[in-house]
Amino acid sequence: MGRRFPGMLPSLVVVALLPALSISPAHAQPLIADLSKHVVAITTGFTGSDVLVFGAVEGKGDVVVVVQGPGQDVVVRRKGRVSGIWANRDSLTFAGAPSFYAVAATGPLAKIVPDAIARQEQIGVDYLRLKLKEGSLAGPGERKLFRAALVRLRARDQLYPKQVFPVTLIGNRLFRATLHFPANVPTGTYTVRFYLLRDGKIIGGSSSPLYVNKTGMNAELTAFAHEQSVLYGLLAVLIAGFLGWLGAVVLRRHN
Amino acid sequence: MQIYLPIAEVSIDVFLLLFLGGGVGFLSGMFGVGGGFLMTPLLIFIGIPPAVAVASEANHIIASSMSGVMAHWRRGNVDFKMGGVLLIGGFLGSFAGVQLFSWLRTLGQIDLVISLSYVVFLGIIGILMLLEASRTILRSRRQSGARRRLHQHYWVHRWPLKMRFRKSKLYISAISPIIIGFVVGVLASIMGVGGGFLLVPAMIYLLGMPTMMVVGTSLFQIIFVTANVTFLQAVTNQTVDVLLALILLAGGVVGAQFGTRAGQLLRGEQLRGLLALMVLAVCIKLALDLVLTPSELFSVGTPGSH
Repeated sequence: MGRRFPGMLPSLVVVALLPALSISPAHAQPLIADLSKHVVAITTGFTGSDVLVFGAVEGKGDVVVVVQGPGQDVVVRRKGRVSGIWANRDSLTFAGAPSFYAVAATGPLAKIVPDAIARQEQIGVDYLRLKLKEGSLAGPGERKLFRAALVRLRARDQLYPKQVFPVTLIGNRLFRATLHFPANVPTGTYTVRFYLLRDGKIIGGSSSPLYVNKTGMNAELTAFAHEQSVLYGLLAVLIAGFLGWLGAVVLRRHN
Repeated sequence: MQIYLPIAEVSIDVFLLLFLGGGVGFLSGMFGVGGGFLMTPLLIFIGIPPAVAVASEANHIIASSMSGVMAHWRRGNVDFKMGGVLLIGGFLGSFAGVQLFSWLRTLGQIDLVISLSYVVFLGIIGILMLLEASRTILRSRRQSGARRRLHQHYWVHRWPLKMRFRKSKLYISAISPIIIGFVVGVLASIMGVGGGFLLVPAMIYLLGMPTMMVVGTSLFQIIFVTANVTFLQAVTNQTVDVLLALILLAGGVVGAQFGTRAGQLLRGEQLRGLLALMVLAVCIKLALDLVLTPSELFSVGTPGSH
Protein backbone atom coordinates (compact mmCIF):
# COMPACT_ATOMS: atom_id res chain seq x y z
CA MET A 1 0.00 0.00 0.00
CA GLY A 2 2.55 2.54 1.08
CA ARG A 3 -0.25 4.83 2.27
CA ARG A 4 -1.07 5.25 5.90
CA PHE A 5 -4.47 5.87 7.33
CA PRO A 6 -4.12 7.81 10.54
CA GLY A 7 -7.90 7.70 10.96
CA MET A 8 -7.90 3.94 11.31
CA LEU A 9 -6.05 3.67 14.57
CA PRO A 10 -8.33 5.74 16.81
CA SER A 11 -11.44 4.23 15.32
CA LEU A 12 -10.10 0.76 16.07
CA VAL A 13 -9.51 1.85 19.63
CA VAL A 14 -13.11 2.97 19.87
CA VAL A 15 -14.48 -0.20 18.34
CA ALA A 16 -12.36 -2.23 20.73
CA LEU A 17 -13.86 -0.28 23.62
CA LEU A 18 -17.39 -1.12 22.68
CA PRO A 19 -17.74 -4.68 23.95
CA ALA A 20 -16.11 -3.78 27.25
CA LEU A 21 -18.56 -0.97 27.79
CA SER A 22 -21.70 -2.91 27.07
CA ILE A 23 -21.22 -5.71 29.52
CA SER A 24 -24.68 -5.77 31.02
CA PRO A 25 -27.16 -6.86 28.37
CA ALA A 26 -30.04 -5.10 30.11
CA HIS A 27 -28.46 -1.76 29.34
CA ALA A 28 -28.14 -0.69 25.77
CA GLN A 29 -24.81 0.49 24.45
CA PRO A 30 -23.95 3.95 25.80
CA LEU A 31 -23.95 5.33 22.28
CA ILE A 32 -25.48 4.11 19.08
CA ALA A 33 -25.31 6.13 15.91
CA ASP A 34 -25.94 6.00 12.22
CA LEU A 35 -25.82 8.19 9.14
CA SER A 36 -28.78 9.19 6.97
CA LYS A 37 -26.80 7.80 4.05
CA HIS A 38 -23.56 5.91 3.75
CA VAL A 39 -22.77 7.04 0.25
CA VAL A 40 -22.21 10.60 -0.92
CA ALA A 41 -22.82 10.29 -4.63
CA ILE A 42 -21.03 12.80 -6.83
CA THR A 43 -23.30 13.18 -9.82
CA THR A 44 -22.98 15.61 -12.72
CA GLY A 45 -25.10 18.16 -10.87
CA PHE A 46 -23.23 17.74 -7.58
CA THR A 47 -22.93 20.96 -5.59
CA GLY A 48 -22.03 19.49 -2.23
CA SER A 49 -24.07 17.34 0.09
CA ASP A 50 -25.37 17.22 3.63
CA VAL A 51 -25.27 14.03 5.65
CA LEU A 52 -27.41 13.76 8.74
CA VAL A 53 -25.81 11.85 11.59
CA PHE A 54 -28.01 10.78 14.45
CA GLY A 55 -28.17 8.41 17.35
CA ALA A 56 -29.05 7.82 20.94
CA VAL A 57 -26.96 8.05 24.09
CA GLU A 58 -27.38 6.41 27.45
CA GLY A 59 -27.42 9.07 30.16
CA LYS A 60 -25.83 12.48 30.25
CA GLY A 61 -22.76 13.40 28.31
CA ASP A 62 -21.36 15.26 25.35
CA VAL A 63 -21.33 13.90 21.84
CA VAL A 64 -18.45 14.49 19.47
CA VAL A 65 -18.47 13.41 15.81
CA VAL A 66 -15.26 13.30 13.79
CA VAL A 67 -15.28 12.84 10.02
CA GLN A 68 -12.03 11.92 8.39
CA GLY A 69 -11.30 11.34 4.70
CA PRO A 70 -8.71 8.90 3.36
CA GLY A 71 -5.08 9.76 4.00
CA GLN A 72 -2.83 10.88 1.20
CA ASP A 73 0.62 12.36 0.83
CA VAL A 74 0.52 16.11 0.41
CA VAL A 75 3.24 18.54 -0.63
CA VAL A 76 3.11 21.99 0.86
CA ARG A 77 5.17 24.48 -1.09
CA ARG A 78 6.30 27.95 -0.14
CA LYS A 79 6.99 30.70 -2.61
CA GLY A 80 10.06 32.82 -2.35
CA ARG A 81 11.58 35.56 -4.44
CA VAL A 82 13.94 34.24 -7.09
CA SER A 83 15.51 37.17 -8.94
CA GLY A 84 12.42 39.31 -8.63
CA ILE A 85 9.89 36.59 -9.41
CA TRP A 86 7.78 34.69 -6.92
CA ALA A 87 8.45 30.98 -7.41
CA ASN A 88 7.97 27.85 -5.33
CA ARG A 89 11.15 27.33 -3.35
CA ASP A 90 10.82 25.20 -0.22
CA SER A 91 8.52 22.25 0.18
CA LEU A 92 7.60 19.72 2.84
CA THR A 93 5.72 16.48 2.24
CA PHE A 94 3.21 15.30 4.81
CA ALA A 95 2.45 11.58 4.84
CA GLY A 96 -1.11 10.34 5.02
CA ALA A 97 -2.78 13.67 5.67
CA PRO A 98 -6.56 13.23 5.67
CA SER A 99 -8.14 14.61 2.53
CA PHE A 100 -11.06 15.85 4.61
CA TYR A 101 -11.46 16.50 8.32
CA ALA A 102 -14.44 17.93 10.19
CA VAL A 103 -15.73 17.82 13.73
CA ALA A 104 -19.19 18.23 15.21
CA ALA A 105 -19.83 18.52 18.93
CA THR A 106 -22.43 19.49 21.49
CA GLY A 107 -20.24 22.32 22.75
CA PRO A 108 -16.83 23.92 22.44
CA LEU A 109 -14.19 21.19 22.12
CA ALA A 110 -11.86 22.80 24.64
CA LYS A 111 -14.52 22.38 27.33
CA ILE A 112 -15.67 18.88 26.45
CA VAL A 113 -12.52 17.04 25.45
CA PRO A 114 -9.43 16.98 27.69
CA ASP A 115 -6.09 17.53 25.99
CA ALA A 116 -4.84 13.98 26.41
CA ILE A 117 -7.93 12.43 24.86
CA ALA A 118 -8.01 14.96 22.04
CA ARG A 119 -4.42 14.11 21.23
CA GLN A 120 -4.91 10.38 21.42
CA GLU A 121 -8.11 10.34 19.37
CA GLN A 122 -7.20 13.25 17.10
CA ILE A 123 -10.26 15.31 17.97
CA GLY A 124 -9.97 18.81 16.55
CA VAL A 125 -7.79 20.04 13.72
CA ASP A 126 -5.11 21.19 16.17
CA TYR A 127 -4.67 17.62 17.36
CA LEU A 128 -4.56 16.08 13.92
CA ARG A 129 -1.36 14.08 13.56
CA LEU A 130 0.26 15.38 10.42
CA LYS A 131 3.53 13.54 10.12
CA LEU A 132 6.29 14.45 7.76
CA LYS A 133 7.08 11.89 5.14
CA GLU A 134 10.30 10.03 5.77
CA GLY A 135 13.18 11.89 4.25
CA SER A 136 11.57 15.32 4.66
CA LEU A 137 13.77 17.30 7.00
CA ALA A 138 12.73 20.51 8.69
CA GLY A 139 13.28 22.31 11.96
CA PRO A 140 10.37 22.49 14.39
CA GLY A 141 9.68 26.10 13.49
CA GLU A 142 9.47 25.42 9.76
CA ARG A 143 7.43 22.33 10.40
CA LYS A 144 4.90 24.31 12.41
CA LEU A 145 4.70 26.95 9.70
CA PHE A 146 4.06 24.41 6.94
CA ARG A 147 1.56 22.50 9.05
CA ALA A 148 -0.34 25.71 9.74
CA ALA A 149 -0.30 26.51 6.03
CA LEU A 150 -1.70 23.09 5.14
CA VAL A 151 -4.52 23.49 7.66
CA ARG A 152 -5.21 27.06 6.53
CA LEU A 153 -5.35 26.17 2.83
CA ARG A 154 -7.53 23.15 3.45
CA ALA A 155 -9.82 25.31 5.59
CA ARG A 156 -10.05 27.82 2.75
CA ASP A 157 -11.19 25.01 0.43
CA GLN A 158 -13.70 23.87 3.07
CA LEU A 159 -11.86 20.56 3.41
CA TYR A 160 -10.84 21.17 7.03
CA PRO A 161 -13.75 23.39 8.06
CA LYS A 162 -12.72 25.79 10.80
CA GLN A 163 -15.95 25.80 12.73
CA VAL A 164 -17.14 22.85 14.80
CA PHE A 165 -20.54 21.80 13.47
CA PRO A 166 -23.25 21.77 16.17
CA VAL A 167 -24.64 18.53 17.58
CA THR A 168 -28.13 18.92 19.00
CA LEU A 169 -29.05 16.82 22.03
CA ILE A 170 -32.73 16.16 22.58
CA GLY A 171 -33.70 15.29 26.13
CA ASN A 172 -30.24 13.93 26.93
CA ARG A 173 -31.20 10.93 24.87
CA LEU A 174 -31.19 11.61 21.15
CA PHE A 175 -28.67 13.56 19.16
CA ARG A 176 -28.39 14.75 15.61
CA ALA A 177 -26.00 16.80 13.54
CA THR A 178 -25.73 17.82 9.92
CA LEU A 179 -22.36 17.40 8.26
CA HIS A 180 -21.70 19.42 5.17
CA PHE A 181 -19.53 18.14 2.34
CA PRO A 182 -18.57 20.82 -0.21
CA ALA A 183 -18.63 20.39 -3.99
CA ASN A 184 -14.88 19.78 -4.10
CA VAL A 185 -15.02 16.93 -1.57
CA PRO A 186 -12.36 14.31 -2.39
CA THR A 187 -13.52 10.81 -3.19
CA GLY A 188 -12.70 7.76 -1.09
CA THR A 189 -13.71 5.88 2.01
CA TYR A 190 -14.29 8.16 4.99
CA THR A 191 -14.69 7.20 8.63
CA VAL A 192 -17.20 8.88 10.88
CA ARG A 193 -16.31 8.40 14.55
CA PHE A 194 -18.74 9.04 17.38
CA TYR A 195 -17.70 9.66 20.96
CA LEU A 196 -19.75 10.00 24.11
CA LEU A 197 -17.82 11.85 26.80
CA ARG A 198 -18.76 12.34 30.42
CA ASP A 199 -16.60 14.16 32.97
CA GLY A 200 -13.67 14.21 30.59
CA LYS A 201 -13.73 10.49 29.85
CA ILE A 202 -14.81 8.54 26.82
CA ILE A 203 -17.62 6.27 27.90
CA GLY A 204 -18.92 5.20 24.56
CA GLY A 205 -18.11 5.27 20.93
CA SER A 206 -18.74 3.84 17.53
CA SER A 207 -17.55 4.27 14.01
CA SER A 208 -19.17 4.11 10.59
CA PRO A 209 -17.75 4.18 7.12
CA LEU A 210 -18.93 6.78 4.63
CA TYR A 211 -18.23 6.35 0.94
CA VAL A 212 -17.74 9.40 -1.24
CA ASN A 213 -17.94 8.21 -4.82
CA LYS A 214 -18.46 9.58 -8.27
CA THR A 215 -21.52 7.95 -9.81
CA GLY A 216 -23.14 7.71 -13.20
CA MET A 217 -21.41 9.41 -16.09
CA ASN A 218 -18.80 10.98 -13.80
CA ALA A 219 -17.69 7.63 -12.46
CA GLU A 220 -17.65 6.03 -15.88
CA LEU A 221 -15.68 8.86 -17.48
CA THR A 222 -13.12 8.91 -14.68
CA ALA A 223 -12.70 5.14 -14.72
CA PHE A 224 -12.43 5.23 -18.50
CA ALA A 225 -9.82 8.01 -18.41
CA HIS A 226 -7.68 6.14 -15.90
CA GLU A 227 -8.11 2.52 -16.89
CA GLN A 228 -8.18 2.81 -20.66
CA SER A 229 -6.31 6.02 -21.12
CA VAL A 230 -5.14 5.15 -24.64
CA LEU A 231 -8.68 4.59 -25.89
CA TYR A 232 -9.89 7.64 -23.95
CA GLY A 233 -7.25 9.81 -25.57
CA LEU A 234 -8.05 8.51 -29.03
CA LEU A 235 -11.78 9.07 -28.56
CA ALA A 236 -11.24 12.55 -27.13
CA VAL A 237 -9.27 13.43 -30.28
CA LEU A 238 -11.75 11.84 -32.68
CA ILE A 239 -14.84 13.40 -31.07
CA ALA A 240 -13.28 16.86 -31.11
CA GLY A 241 -12.18 16.44 -34.73
CA PHE A 242 -15.61 15.20 -35.77
CA LEU A 243 -17.47 17.99 -33.99
CA GLY A 244 -15.15 20.58 -35.51
CA TRP A 245 -15.79 19.17 -38.96
CA LEU A 246 -19.53 18.97 -38.30
CA GLY A 247 -19.54 22.56 -37.12
CA ALA A 248 -17.84 23.73 -40.30
CA VAL A 249 -20.25 21.79 -42.55
CA VAL A 250 -23.42 22.85 -40.72
CA LEU A 251 -22.42 26.48 -40.42
CA ARG A 252 -21.40 26.66 -44.06
CA ARG A 253 -24.86 25.62 -45.15
CA HIS A 254 -26.27 28.05 -42.63
CA ASN A 255 -24.44 31.04 -44.08
CA MET B 1 -26.64 25.65 -13.06
CA GLN B 2 -23.64 23.90 -11.56
CA ILE B 3 -21.97 21.03 -13.34
CA TYR B 4 -19.40 18.70 -11.86
CA LEU B 5 -16.45 18.14 -14.17
CA PRO B 6 -15.28 14.57 -13.65
CA ILE B 7 -11.58 14.93 -14.41
CA ALA B 8 -11.07 18.46 -13.11
CA GLU B 9 -13.04 17.42 -9.99
CA VAL B 10 -14.57 20.82 -9.55
CA SER B 11 -18.14 22.02 -9.73
CA ILE B 12 -18.59 25.02 -12.01
CA ASP B 13 -21.51 26.98 -13.45
CA VAL B 14 -22.18 25.57 -16.90
CA PHE B 15 -23.31 29.00 -18.16
CA LEU B 16 -20.02 30.54 -17.09
CA LEU B 17 -18.22 27.92 -19.20
CA LEU B 18 -20.55 28.48 -22.15
CA PHE B 19 -20.01 32.21 -21.81
CA LEU B 20 -16.22 31.76 -21.75
CA GLY B 21 -16.39 29.45 -24.76
CA GLY B 22 -18.62 31.93 -26.56
CA GLY B 23 -16.50 34.94 -25.68
CA VAL B 24 -13.22 33.38 -26.72
CA GLY B 25 -14.97 31.90 -29.78
CA PHE B 26 -16.13 35.41 -30.71
CA LEU B 27 -12.60 36.76 -30.48
CA SER B 28 -11.12 33.84 -32.38
CA GLY B 29 -13.70 34.25 -35.12
CA MET B 30 -12.99 37.98 -35.23
CA PHE B 31 -9.20 37.77 -35.23
CA GLY B 32 -8.70 34.37 -36.83
CA VAL B 33 -6.71 33.00 -33.89
CA GLY B 34 -7.37 29.86 -31.88
CA GLY B 35 -7.79 31.70 -28.62
CA GLY B 36 -6.01 29.11 -26.53
CA PHE B 37 -3.73 31.77 -25.11
CA LEU B 38 -6.80 33.46 -23.64
CA MET B 39 -8.77 30.38 -22.72
CA THR B 40 -6.14 28.52 -20.70
CA PRO B 41 -5.38 31.42 -18.31
CA LEU B 42 -9.12 32.08 -17.96
CA LEU B 43 -9.82 28.44 -17.09
CA ILE B 44 -7.08 28.50 -14.48
CA PHE B 45 -8.48 31.76 -13.17
CA ILE B 46 -11.97 30.29 -12.63
CA GLY B 47 -10.52 27.40 -10.66
CA ILE B 48 -9.76 24.58 -13.09
CA PRO B 49 -6.47 22.91 -12.04
CA PRO B 50 -3.73 24.14 -14.44
CA ALA B 51 -2.82 20.63 -15.59
CA VAL B 52 -6.44 19.91 -16.56
CA ALA B 53 -6.90 23.35 -18.14
CA VAL B 54 -3.87 22.88 -20.40
CA ALA B 55 -4.79 19.36 -21.51
CA SER B 56 -8.51 20.01 -22.02
CA GLU B 57 -7.86 23.22 -23.91
CA ALA B 58 -5.66 21.25 -26.32
CA ASN B 59 -8.64 18.95 -26.86
CA HIS B 60 -10.91 21.95 -27.46
CA ILE B 61 -8.48 23.46 -29.98
CA ILE B 62 -8.59 20.33 -32.15
CA ALA B 63 -12.24 21.04 -32.85
CA SER B 64 -11.93 24.78 -33.43
CA SER B 65 -8.91 24.36 -35.73
CA MET B 66 -10.75 21.63 -37.63
CA SER B 67 -13.63 24.03 -38.31
CA GLY B 68 -11.20 26.74 -39.28
CA VAL B 69 -9.09 24.67 -41.64
CA MET B 70 -12.15 23.53 -43.61
CA ALA B 71 -12.88 27.08 -44.74
CA HIS B 72 -9.26 27.67 -45.77
CA TRP B 73 -8.96 24.31 -47.47
CA ARG B 74 -11.99 25.06 -49.64
CA ARG B 75 -10.28 28.21 -50.84
CA GLY B 76 -7.08 26.26 -51.50
CA ASN B 77 -5.14 28.15 -48.85
CA VAL B 78 -3.48 25.19 -47.16
CA ASP B 79 0.07 24.19 -48.04
CA PHE B 80 -0.08 20.52 -47.05
CA LYS B 81 3.57 19.89 -47.81
CA MET B 82 4.73 22.71 -45.56
CA GLY B 83 2.18 21.65 -42.97
CA GLY B 84 3.58 18.13 -43.08
CA VAL B 85 7.16 19.28 -42.56
CA LEU B 86 6.12 21.56 -39.70
CA LEU B 87 4.26 18.60 -38.27
CA ILE B 88 7.40 16.45 -38.06
CA GLY B 89 8.85 19.05 -35.74
CA GLY B 90 5.48 19.48 -34.06
CA PHE B 91 5.17 15.81 -33.14
CA LEU B 92 8.70 15.66 -31.76
CA GLY B 93 8.08 18.89 -29.86
CA SER B 94 4.82 17.72 -28.32
CA PHE B 95 6.41 14.45 -27.19
CA ALA B 96 9.18 16.41 -25.51
CA GLY B 97 6.70 18.97 -24.16
CA VAL B 98 4.42 16.44 -22.44
CA GLN B 99 7.44 14.76 -20.82
CA LEU B 100 8.70 18.15 -19.70
CA PHE B 101 5.22 18.93 -18.36
CA SER B 102 5.14 15.76 -16.24
CA TRP B 103 8.63 16.41 -14.94
CA LEU B 104 7.90 20.02 -14.00
CA ARG B 105 4.71 18.91 -12.28
CA THR B 106 6.67 16.61 -9.98
CA LEU B 107 9.07 19.46 -9.26
CA GLY B 108 6.15 21.73 -8.40
CA GLN B 109 7.25 24.30 -10.95
CA ILE B 110 4.65 23.75 -13.67
CA ASP B 111 2.54 26.79 -12.72
CA LEU B 112 5.60 29.02 -12.80
CA VAL B 113 6.74 27.69 -16.17
CA ILE B 114 3.23 28.09 -17.63
CA SER B 115 3.08 31.70 -16.41
CA LEU B 116 6.61 32.52 -17.52
CA SER B 117 6.05 31.06 -20.99
CA TYR B 118 2.93 33.15 -21.32
CA VAL B 119 4.61 36.33 -20.19
CA VAL B 120 7.62 35.90 -22.47
CA PHE B 121 5.84 34.78 -25.62
CA LEU B 122 2.74 36.94 -25.32
CA GLY B 123 4.97 39.90 -24.50
CA ILE B 124 7.19 39.47 -27.55
CA ILE B 125 4.35 38.70 -29.95
CA GLY B 126 2.10 41.43 -28.57
CA ILE B 127 4.74 44.12 -28.91
CA LEU B 128 5.75 43.03 -32.41
CA MET B 129 2.14 42.93 -33.55
CA LEU B 130 1.34 46.27 -32.03
CA LEU B 131 4.35 47.88 -33.73
CA GLU B 132 3.51 46.32 -37.07
CA ALA B 133 -0.16 47.29 -36.88
CA SER B 134 0.49 50.87 -35.83
CA ARG B 135 3.09 51.23 -38.57
CA THR B 136 0.58 49.98 -41.13
CA ILE B 137 -2.12 52.28 -39.82
CA LEU B 138 0.24 55.26 -39.94
CA ARG B 139 1.46 54.34 -43.41
CA SER B 140 -2.06 54.03 -44.79
CA ARG B 141 -2.84 57.48 -43.34
CA ARG B 142 0.17 58.99 -45.11
CA GLN B 143 -0.75 57.22 -48.32
CA SER B 144 2.88 56.60 -49.15
CA GLY B 145 3.32 54.24 -52.05
CA ALA B 146 6.57 52.57 -50.97
CA ARG B 147 6.60 49.07 -52.42
CA ARG B 148 7.74 46.12 -50.39
CA ARG B 149 10.02 43.55 -51.79
CA LEU B 150 8.09 40.56 -53.07
CA HIS B 151 10.46 38.00 -51.73
CA GLN B 152 13.01 38.39 -49.00
CA HIS B 153 15.95 36.15 -48.29
CA TYR B 154 16.92 35.47 -44.72
CA TRP B 155 19.81 33.51 -43.26
CA VAL B 156 17.62 30.43 -42.82
CA HIS B 157 17.35 30.13 -46.56
CA ARG B 158 21.00 29.14 -46.79
CA TRP B 159 20.65 25.93 -44.76
CA PRO B 160 21.00 22.46 -46.37
CA LEU B 161 18.23 19.92 -47.04
CA LYS B 162 16.40 22.23 -49.38
CA MET B 163 12.83 21.45 -50.37
CA ARG B 164 10.45 23.01 -52.81
CA PHE B 165 7.10 24.15 -51.44
CA ARG B 166 5.13 24.92 -54.57
CA LYS B 167 2.01 26.32 -52.93
CA SER B 168 4.01 28.71 -50.79
CA LYS B 169 6.35 29.51 -53.70
CA LEU B 170 9.37 28.71 -51.55
CA TYR B 171 12.58 26.77 -51.99
CA ILE B 172 14.03 26.52 -48.51
CA SER B 173 15.73 24.16 -46.11
CA ALA B 174 13.38 21.73 -44.35
CA ILE B 175 15.31 22.26 -41.12
CA SER B 176 13.84 25.65 -40.30
CA PRO B 177 10.16 24.58 -40.46
CA ILE B 178 11.04 21.50 -38.42
CA ILE B 179 12.65 23.63 -35.72
CA ILE B 180 9.71 26.05 -35.72
CA GLY B 181 7.30 23.11 -35.51
CA PHE B 182 9.27 21.66 -32.63
CA VAL B 183 9.23 24.87 -30.59
CA VAL B 184 5.51 25.31 -31.17
CA GLY B 185 4.90 21.66 -30.23
CA VAL B 186 6.70 22.08 -26.90
CA LEU B 187 4.77 25.25 -26.15
CA ALA B 188 1.47 23.69 -27.17
CA SER B 189 1.90 21.00 -24.56
CA ILE B 190 3.10 23.31 -21.80
CA MET B 191 0.87 26.31 -22.40
CA GLY B 192 -2.27 24.59 -23.64
CA VAL B 193 -2.35 26.65 -26.79
CA GLY B 194 -2.46 25.77 -30.47
CA GLY B 195 0.49 28.05 -31.02
CA GLY B 196 -1.05 29.95 -33.92
CA PHE B 197 0.02 33.25 -32.38
CA LEU B 198 3.63 32.08 -32.67
CA LEU B 199 3.38 30.00 -35.79
CA VAL B 200 1.76 32.65 -37.95
CA PRO B 201 4.43 35.33 -37.43
CA ALA B 202 7.18 32.69 -37.64
CA MET B 203 5.86 31.50 -40.98
CA ILE B 204 5.61 35.02 -42.34
CA TYR B 205 8.82 36.54 -40.99
CA LEU B 206 11.15 33.53 -40.64
CA LEU B 207 10.07 31.33 -43.53
CA GLY B 208 8.77 34.09 -45.78
CA MET B 209 5.53 32.31 -46.62
CA PRO B 210 2.78 34.27 -48.39
CA THR B 211 0.29 35.65 -45.86
CA MET B 212 -2.64 34.04 -47.66
CA MET B 213 -1.27 30.54 -47.05
CA VAL B 214 -0.24 31.10 -43.47
CA VAL B 215 -3.45 30.83 -41.46
CA GLY B 216 -4.80 27.71 -43.19
CA THR B 217 -1.45 25.94 -43.04
CA SER B 218 -0.90 26.78 -39.39
CA LEU B 219 -4.42 25.57 -38.52
CA PHE B 220 -3.72 22.35 -40.42
CA GLN B 221 -0.63 21.61 -38.41
CA ILE B 222 -2.24 22.76 -35.15
CA ILE B 223 -4.98 20.12 -35.51
CA PHE B 224 -2.40 17.36 -35.48
CA VAL B 225 -0.14 18.83 -32.84
CA THR B 226 -3.02 19.44 -30.42
CA ALA B 227 -4.39 15.96 -31.24
CA ASN B 228 -1.02 14.53 -30.29
CA VAL B 229 -0.85 16.67 -27.14
CA THR B 230 -4.38 15.63 -26.12
CA PHE B 231 -3.57 11.97 -26.66
CA LEU B 232 -0.26 12.14 -24.78
CA GLN B 233 -1.76 14.12 -21.88
CA ALA B 234 -4.61 11.60 -21.66
CA VAL B 235 -2.15 8.70 -21.54
CA THR B 236 0.59 10.18 -19.31
CA ASN B 237 -1.27 12.52 -16.99
CA GLN B 238 -5.00 11.60 -17.34
CA THR B 239 -5.82 15.28 -17.32
CA VAL B 240 -8.07 15.62 -20.39
CA ASP B 241 -11.60 16.56 -19.32
CA VAL B 242 -13.80 15.73 -22.30
CA LEU B 243 -16.88 17.25 -20.71
CA LEU B 244 -15.10 20.56 -20.19
CA ALA B 245 -13.86 20.58 -23.78
CA LEU B 246 -17.34 19.82 -25.12
CA ILE B 247 -18.99 22.65 -23.17
CA LEU B 248 -16.35 25.13 -24.31
CA LEU B 249 -16.85 23.90 -27.86
CA ALA B 250 -20.61 24.40 -27.75
CA GLY B 251 -20.13 28.01 -26.66
CA GLY B 252 -17.29 28.53 -29.10
CA VAL B 253 -19.22 27.48 -32.22
CA VAL B 254 -21.87 30.13 -31.59
CA GLY B 255 -19.38 32.80 -30.54
CA ALA B 256 -17.20 32.27 -33.61
CA GLN B 257 -20.20 32.94 -35.89
CA PHE B 258 -20.77 36.38 -34.45
CA GLY B 259 -17.05 37.02 -34.23
CA THR B 260 -16.49 36.37 -37.92
CA ARG B 261 -19.22 38.86 -38.80
CA ALA B 262 -17.87 41.46 -36.39
CA GLY B 263 -14.39 40.96 -37.85
CA GLN B 264 -15.61 41.88 -41.32
CA LEU B 265 -16.51 45.34 -40.06
CA LEU B 266 -12.91 46.17 -39.19
CA ARG B 267 -9.78 46.54 -41.29
CA GLY B 268 -6.95 44.03 -41.05
CA GLU B 269 -4.46 46.29 -39.30
CA GLN B 270 -7.11 47.56 -36.87
CA LEU B 271 -7.90 43.95 -35.99
CA ARG B 272 -4.23 43.14 -35.50
CA GLY B 273 -3.77 46.21 -33.33
CA LEU B 274 -6.72 45.26 -31.12
CA LEU B 275 -5.50 41.67 -30.89
CA ALA B 276 -2.06 42.94 -29.92
CA LEU B 277 -3.55 45.03 -27.11
CA MET B 278 -5.46 42.02 -25.85
CA VAL B 279 -2.39 39.81 -25.96
CA LEU B 280 -0.43 42.44 -24.04
CA ALA B 281 -3.20 42.80 -21.45
CA VAL B 282 -3.04 39.07 -20.68
CA CYS B 283 0.75 39.28 -20.59
CA ILE B 284 0.78 42.19 -18.15
CA LYS B 285 -1.77 40.56 -15.87
CA LEU B 286 0.33 37.39 -15.65
CA ALA B 287 3.56 39.34 -15.24
CA LEU B 288 2.11 41.31 -12.33
CA ASP B 289 1.04 38.06 -10.65
CA LEU B 290 4.63 36.86 -10.86
CA VAL B 291 6.21 40.04 -9.55
CA LEU B 292 3.78 41.35 -6.93
CA THR B 293 3.95 39.82 -3.47
CA PRO B 294 1.24 37.15 -3.34
CA SER B 295 -1.26 37.23 -0.48
CA GLU B 296 -0.70 33.53 0.15
CA LEU B 297 2.86 32.21 -0.10
CA PHE B 298 1.95 28.59 0.45
CA SER B 299 0.26 26.10 -1.84
CA VAL B 300 -0.80 22.48 -1.55
CA GLY B 301 -0.25 19.76 -4.13
CA THR B 302 0.07 16.04 -4.59
CA PRO B 303 3.60 14.68 -4.72
CA GLY B 304 5.14 12.84 -7.63
CA SER B 305 3.37 11.54 -10.68
CA HIS B 306 0.08 10.58 -9.17
